[in-house]
Parts: sequence; C-alpha cells; structure tokens
Amino acid sequence: MSDLLLDARKVRVEFGGLVAVNDVDFQIPRGSIVALIGPNGAGKTTFFNVLTGLYSPTRGGVMFDDKNVVGVAPHKIAASGLARTFQNIRLFGAMTAAENVMVAMHPHLKSGVASTIFRTPKQRHEERDARSVAKELLEFVGIGGTDEEFAKNLPYGDQRRLEVARALALRPKLLLLDEPTAGMNPQESATFTSFVHKVRDERGVTVLLIEHDMKVVMGVSERITVLEYGSKIAEGTPQEIRTDQRVIEAYLGKTGTEAAGG
Amino acid sequence: MSHEILMLLRFGAIAGVFFVLFKFGPKTGAQGRVAKVIMAIAAVAAIACVPSLASTSAGALPLGTVVLCSVYALFALGLNIVVGFAGLLDLGYVAFFLFGAYTAAFLMSDFGYQVSARQGSSKHQFSFDIHFFTAALDTIKGVHISFWLVIIAAALVAAFAGLLIGAPTLRLKSDYLALVTLGFGEILPEVFRNSDNVYGFNLTNGTKGIGPVDQISMGYLHNLPKLPIVGKIPQTITSADNHTKFYVIVAICAVFVYASLKLRDGRLGRAWMAIREDELAASLMGVPLMRTKLWSYAVGAVAGGVGGAFYATIVGTVNVDSFTFAFSIIVLCAVILGGMGNVWGAIAGGVVITWFDYTGLTFLGGKVNQGLGTHINLKDYEFGLFGLVLVVMMLFRPQGLIPATRSKQVKRADMKTANDGDEDLIGFGSDPRVVEEDRLGYGMEVGVDHE
Repeated sequence: MSDLLLDARKVRVEFGGLVAVNDVDFQIPRGSIVALIGPNGAGKTTFFNVLTGLYSPTRGGVMFDDKNVVGVAPHKIAASGLARTFQNIRLFGAMTAAENVMVAMHPHLKSGVASTIFRTPKQRHEERDARSVAKELLEFVGIGGTDEEFAKNLPYGDQRRLEVARALALRPKLLLLDEPTAGMNPQESATFTSFVHKVRDERGVTVLLIEHDMKVVMGVSERITVLEYGSKIAEGTPQEIRTDQRVIEAYLGKTGTEAAGG
Repeated sequence: MSHEILMLLRFGAIAGVFFVLFKFGPKTGAQGRVAKVIMAIAAVAAIACVPSLASTSAGALPLGTVVLCSVYALFALGLNIVVGFAGLLDLGYVAFFLFGAYTAAFLMSDFGYQVSARQGSSKHQFSFDIHFFTAALDTIKGVHISFWLVIIAAALVAAFAGLLIGAPTLRLKSDYLALVTLGFGEILPEVFRNSDNVYGFNLTNGTKGIGPVDQISMGYLHNLPKLPIVGKIPQTITSADNHTKFYVIVAICAVFVYASLKLRDGRLGRAWMAIREDELAASLMGVPLMRTKLWSYAVGAVAGGVGGAFYATIVGTVNVDSFTFAFSIIVLCAVILGGMGNVWGAIAGGVVITWFDYTGLTFLGGKVNQGLGTHINLKDYEFGLFGLVLVVMMLFRPQGLIPATRSKQVKRADMKTANDGDEDLIGFGSDPRVVEEDRLGYGMEVGVDHE
C-alpha cells in the first residue's frame, strides 16, 4: 500500500480547443487534508470530475488507492471509496434526509428485488441497520433529528451538512468537498474548519477541498495546490502559498510596475 | 331495485368502516395493528362487493368495463414504476402488453398445433400437443397450459423483453429515451404482424391473430365452500363470467401493489428515486445507473406482461391490431392523471381513464345528446379530450389526482422558501462559476452512461 491515496500524473483535459486541465500532477498522502484553489475557471471542478470518473482525461493517469480509475464508471469509483459533495448542492430534494444518506449506502447493501418484496429477515435487518447508520451520520454532521425532513425543506446550511453526511455514508477513503463553505457566513465557515478536522480525525477520511474562502483554506489544509488556466502554478504549505508571487498575481493581478516591466 | 339498494348499502357500510378507521383509527401499537387488520378485511369485502354493484351489461358501470378498468390499473401500476418511481419516460409500454398477450396466445391455444397443420411441407413438421392443468379439452390439440403458470411465463418473457429493450435504450437521457421506446413500441407489432411467414414458418399467424385462447381454470379454488359475498368459485371462467374475471385481476393487482410498495421503500426504490431526482448525483453516490434503470424496466414490464396474458384470456383472441401506440399513451395518461409515483394514484388513473374510454364517453355523450337534443358522438373526440385533460392537469394539478405524499410535502416547502426570501441562496446555480458544472450536465445529456 503506497503512502499516496491519490496519485494523478500529467492529467490533461481538453474540450475541443480549450485545455481545461493542463498536464497536472497531483498527489494526496493518506490521512491528510489538502486544498485545491485557483481563480474562477481554473479547472478545479473539471479536475474533480476526472477524479470521480465523470470525465475521462485526454491524457494522463489517476491512481486511487493503488488502483487505476481512468475509464472506470463513476458508481464503481464511488463504491471503492471516493465520495464528493457538490459546488451547487445536489441533494435528492424529494427524499428525506435519512433516505438521502441511505442512497449512498447502496453499494454496501445487499438486498435485491426478491428479498425486498418478500421482506426476508435479512433484508429487514439490513434496512434497520442502514437507518440507524443514517441517523448516526446525521448526528455526526450536526443535523440530528432531521431524519424525516425532506432534503429540499432543510435550511441551506443543513443541506450542506447533509451532503457531507451522504458522502460519508459511502464509507469513503477520500472525501472531495467542492466549495463547501459557499454561501456560509464567517461564523459558519469557522465552525466548518473544525468540522473538517473532525471528519479526518474521527472517521479517518482523507479530505480534498476546493475552496475560495482563503481563511478556511489556510486554516484547514496541510498542503495547497494552486491551479490557474488549467495549469498547476504552485504547491506547498499554506505558509508557502501565502507568500508565493505567482499565486498573488493569479489572484490579485500583476502590480503596475511589474506589468510595465514585463 | 330493492336488491340493488341493499347491495349499495352493504358496500357503503363496508367502505365506511374502512374510511373511518383510515381517517380516525389508531395508527400505532397493538390497537393500530388491529385497526390495520380490520381495514384490510373491509377493503377485501368492499372489493368483493363491486361486481354486485356493477350492472351486467349496459348502464354507467357495466361489469365488463370494470374488469378492463382493473386490467388497465395493473398496466398503470407497472408503468408507474418506470415513469413514477425511476422517472424514465417510456412511450413504448405496449411492447410488454404485446409480449404478455402473445405468451398467453402461444401457451393457451391450438396455435402450436396449427403451425404444422398449415405448413403442408413434410420438411417442417412441428406440432405441439401439450395439456397441463388446463381448462381446455383433451380433444383440442395444441399447447394448453394452466393460466396460472402462463402468467408466470408472461412475467418472465416481459421482464426479459424489458431487459433487451432497455439495455441499448436506457443509456439515453429522457427525451431520447422516450423516442427510442416509442420506436420499439411501433416496431414490435409490425414484427408480429409480418411473422406469419418466416422462412416458411407461421410464427404469429399475422393479421389473422391467434385464438381462441383458453379460459382460465380456477383449479382447486373451485373446491372451496361457498364464500360470503363472492359466492361459489367456478371451475373455469367462462367468457360471460365477469364476476370471477374481476376477482382474478384484482388479486393480481393486489400482489403488484404490495410488491410496488415494498420495492419503493427498499434499497432499489431509493435508488430509483435518487435517479429520478438527480441522475448524476446518484451515480456519484455509488448507484449503478444502468442496472438500476434496467430493474425498473423489468419490474414494470412484469405488470405489462401479466396484464397482457390476462387480457388475452378475457378477450379470447390475440390480434396484432390491439397493440397500438394509443395504448402506451393511455397508460401513460393514467399514470400522469393519477399522480406519478403514487401507487394508489396509478390505480385511480387507470380506472378513470379506462372507464371514460370504454363506457364513460358513450354514456355521458348519450346523456348530453338526450338533454340538448344534439347528435355529438363524444367517443370520436376521445383523444382530443384526453389531450385537453392532460394539458389542464399539467397547468393546474401537475402532481396528479392522488399525488405522492412526498411531492405534496415538498410542494408546500417550495412555497415556504419563496416566502422566506432565501430563494437566492438555494438558487446558487445562477452563480457564474456554475458554468463549468453546466457543461458537465450537457456532456451527460447526449452522452452515454458509464457502464
């Protein structure tokens, strides 16, 4: 078992003439919390979509947990322990919070058509267990007691939490969070930072997040990778990234003198 | 007359017990369980009363129509799994009806013997003469298998057909899927129409159809003592015996209702609903899209197949002209009218639409003409009226007559959010950053599932 949970080599994604991800090397050590940042349109979500199997890279390879995942169906990658949340919440609106979580247990449950119709003791047992695990997960993310609420009816912050609970139900090794604090106020974002640590420490889940809120990024991640126009422009600890000239340029633009000089 | 009133009173009393318990009865604990048992008995008794309420031939509610209503309720139950639960638009449901009906035709008629008899050529001598727990006399040659085995065969054939049709089509997204299923629904009847001479073999008897199809044998049920309300069960169901036909189809419907409800609440039902809500998110939560969709197709097809086999026995012949695009549309209308995703809604939709189709329009048209002195044949405007009803439903009550509990509750929430004014937060999708995500959506649209 290698120390790297995720090892992406020279990943390139092209949409026609547009290079969305340009030969990006990206590694995630087991048990770490890492962040992927970059200006809008830098290719972060596209990169996520490559990892989760929605896109096949034009070139390059991705190893997850020592297994190749390029060309593997998304549901199989998910079942092998790669879970994600979405930038714009994608819950199953007309299903209850508990049901949302239980959907993600699908790969771990066994009952089929016949055992469901005949309600075999095994199937009933499995359903009961799944329900109690769902309850536990909802409590873990801090929205205990909302089991029977429809996802669509939950307040925005709770929906974000529910997405995490649902992702955790897959029993992931790696959790991808796509802009988890979007739409949260500073107070909520601060709470979220400690929550990510809790997920890693208590559940042993490696975390990769895309985030725009620098306070969150700097507070939570151990390593940061910066993308701009699909290319990796920097990588390092929060301290290194904070002072990296190219990153500052990417976010704030070149200063007048440099622009004139360059 | 007094007899009819008595019947009505009896039905009213039983239905009353059911509804009082349903509305006000205890829901939990030991009392709740007792109430449930009483409700179940009341429901069975009320259904048993239905044939005695319906008139045998003419009027607003002939028993023949009641039987057909129940068959269509079964079809609607099946399509509800595909359209209502899994959210897949299927415009070719007639395919499963066809497979079920022809399964009955092959296994319950003298056609198997005809095949050889009509060949003439000694090279192709195939003749089947099999009798197995059947109502058919030994003197009638051909394949004659018990109806109860035939519906199992029809279920298997239809489910298999569902897999065959589904495997290539279910990779497509909604509109494309609808078009391809429509194509299959059109092609299959043509194949059966033209298969009366396949390299010299008459496989389907073409436009002449197959018949007569055997009557249903009730087997050992005939030995039961005389039952209350139902009466003595006959040995075989004759073509005029709509009473027993009704009981048989209702029993089949009941089995399917039970299976539908159990599946809906189980692992597979959740996966179906997740696909309906957000296919992409479902696949990223580990739900195998193809397999899950195929299951919905197969389970839905079972109802179509069983219904088709039953239909073949009550009509007595299987004619390829019965399998039209209009059938697929009527069943789809039933599901939409009743309330997509709701088992009871599907039944209600199937019953209402079929009643209008077979009796209601003629009956109401007659009343209108009588009252106004006009000569309008309402039946001629049938599909126009159905279309109108669908449009009106979509405008004013898109969730159907009996909406699924969840759509009722979520609907309410929609309004609440709008009032609270935090719509913008939820509508985060308008953020320019989402463009990236949208492109992904488009990619999936025409694209192919990853399996």
